[in-house]
Amino acid sequence: MTASATTTELDLRQVEQFLYREARYADEHDYDAWEALWTDDALYWVPASDPDADPGQRMSVISDNRSRISTRLKQLRTGKRYAQSPPSNLRRIVSNVEILDDADGAGEPGDITVAANFVVVESRERGNETWAGRTTYRLRVVDEQIRLAYKKVVLVNHDRALPTLAFLI
Amino acid sequence: MTATLPETAHEPAGKYERLIQPTRVHGSMYTDPEIFAEELERIWYRTWVYVGHVSEVPEPGDYVRKNIGPQDVIMTRDRDGEVHLLLNRCAHRANLVCDAPSGNSNSFRCPYHGWTYRNNGELLGYPYNKGYGGKGKVELGLGRVPRVDSHQGFVFGSFAPDGPTLAEHLGAAAGELDRLARLSPEGEVELTAGFLKHRTRANWKLLAENETDGYHPQFVHGSIFSVTGSPIGALYSDNSTAVTRDLGGGHSENDLRPEFRRFAEPMRWFGTTEAKVPDYVARMRELHGPAAEEILIEGSPHVMIFPNLFIAEIQLFVIQPLSAGECVQHSTAVQFKGAPELNRRMVSQCVGSVGPAGMLLADDTEMYERNQRGVALRDPEWVDIRRGVERERTDENGFRIGTATDETGMRGFWSHYRNLMEAEK
Repeated sequence: MTASATTTELDLRQVEQFLYREARYADEHDYDAWEALWTDDALYWVPASDPDADPGQRMSVISDNRSRISTRLKQLRTGKRYAQSPPSNLRRIVSNVEILDDADGAGEPGDITVAANFVVVESRERGNETWAGRTTYRLRVVDEQIRLAYKKVVLVNHDRALPTLAFLI
Repeated sequence: MTATLPETAHEPAGKYERLIQPTRVHGSMYTDPEIFAEELERIWYRTWVYVGHVSEVPEPGDYVRKNIGPQDVIMTRDRDGEVHLLLNRCAHRANLVCDAPSGNSNSFRCPYHGWTYRNNGELLGYPYNKGYGGKGKVELGLGRVPRVDSHQGFVFGSFAPDGPTLAEHLGAAAGELDRLARLSPEGEVELTAGFLKHRTRANWKLLAENETDGYHPQFVHGSIFSVTGSPIGALYSDNSTAVTRDLGGGHSENDLRPEFRRFAEPMRWFGTTEAKVPDYVARMRELHGPAAEEILIEGSPHVMIFPNLFIAEIQLFVIQPLSAGECVQHSTAVQFKGAPELNRRMVSQCVGSVGPAGMLLADDTEMYERNQRGVALRDPEWVDIRRGVERERTDENGFRIGTATDETGMRGFWSHYRNLMEAEK
């Protein structure tokens, strides 16, 4: 998709289209397309018991910088990442999309912060799981393309015992 | 599951002597709810079980919710500094008295009728006390784990009022906790990074057996080893000089020191070099002098402490059984007091490896869950644990050892397990 020249000019419709596309790549295990969305300063973060904790000092379910995103996807592509071999069948709904005032000023000037709720149904041989939560994204326009610099996924049950979460949430 | 058991021709053996044989274990050991109920009584509510670490309750009034199997336990530190393991159950009508996962409070107040307890378990008061003939008339308190003891800050509890001491229970495994603690420049382990909780649809013993199974890493973890170029796989190859040791008491280890000594590179055990953690290495050398080299080369243990504590170098796991077919793995990064440079790296590496999305543990857990479905199938009934039995030997300290990939640890686990399950009540 082609976005406007600067991030701050993105409208809600463009933002939604980007989030839906990111969700579809994740649902369909399109690892190459999903990886290409990320900026080099990426953080893909799924906090555990304390969503406000410093991920450098506390355990997270996922805390991937760009390099570790790459490692995670390489492992998936081997076909021997047994927790995703065969891959889960997935479909997710992304809704309640809001463009937020970027109060914390993290990221680069011009980045915009977006939040949305989601529900994912995961089907595997062991049974179905329903995953739900709220995602905060930081988006940036690079070379007229929207890119993903930050994705924080706070599961509604982040403080409970979770089953294996080996797909891209 | 029901299956025909082999008849013992000569002597009438106990149930567990039939189900647990030297080189094979019956599938029902992982699926039978009656066996699980017996395990709770004879193992989880009798022997010493790891509960928490003193660093999780550093100050008077601190508390943290823990568990012994399905039992909801509050680990508290009272105003005198003593650590207690209390059951989260009001003595009046059995309501839960503590909701928060952790915090600081000198008392717990039951929400149901307002009974209040000191953080050492004593009953402080109850509302409208005339109904009980006044204050101080009720001789009740929170339930407690009767025996609490610790080693290197690792707190264990036993529901049996008497029995072997913690030192007797740990035996040689105590030395592994010592080896872990000496990697701290201040000699203290801290568990301050919080825990991941991974729900696992498998029997807890599949996890305990796997912890020192050196046969699986090349296969289950081949995907991550291949993409990262990790040297871990080689530690568990057919050519490895590492050994699997039955430490007695159901404890076992993969002793990787022979491999690390062969390379003699400080911090190789952590997958790094001393140049990456210069402050830590300098502090250790300042503290230990020439002895620091051995510590920095040999690194951290890889030990399973019966029945529920597993330390894999920088990762620590606590196994919590919930039923025959379900358990929770609690995992965190080991942290060393006085080693901030190393601690951040340990959190980062551990987060990548363990928990529901971990690039190692999610695959282990997939194996546990697949195994759980497999052991319910009718034939061949048995799980085989014979690997390396012919080449097993006794080391200079009298422990049974096998090669890096042998099932020596599993056989030690089952031998101790069977003794506990067959013991007179």
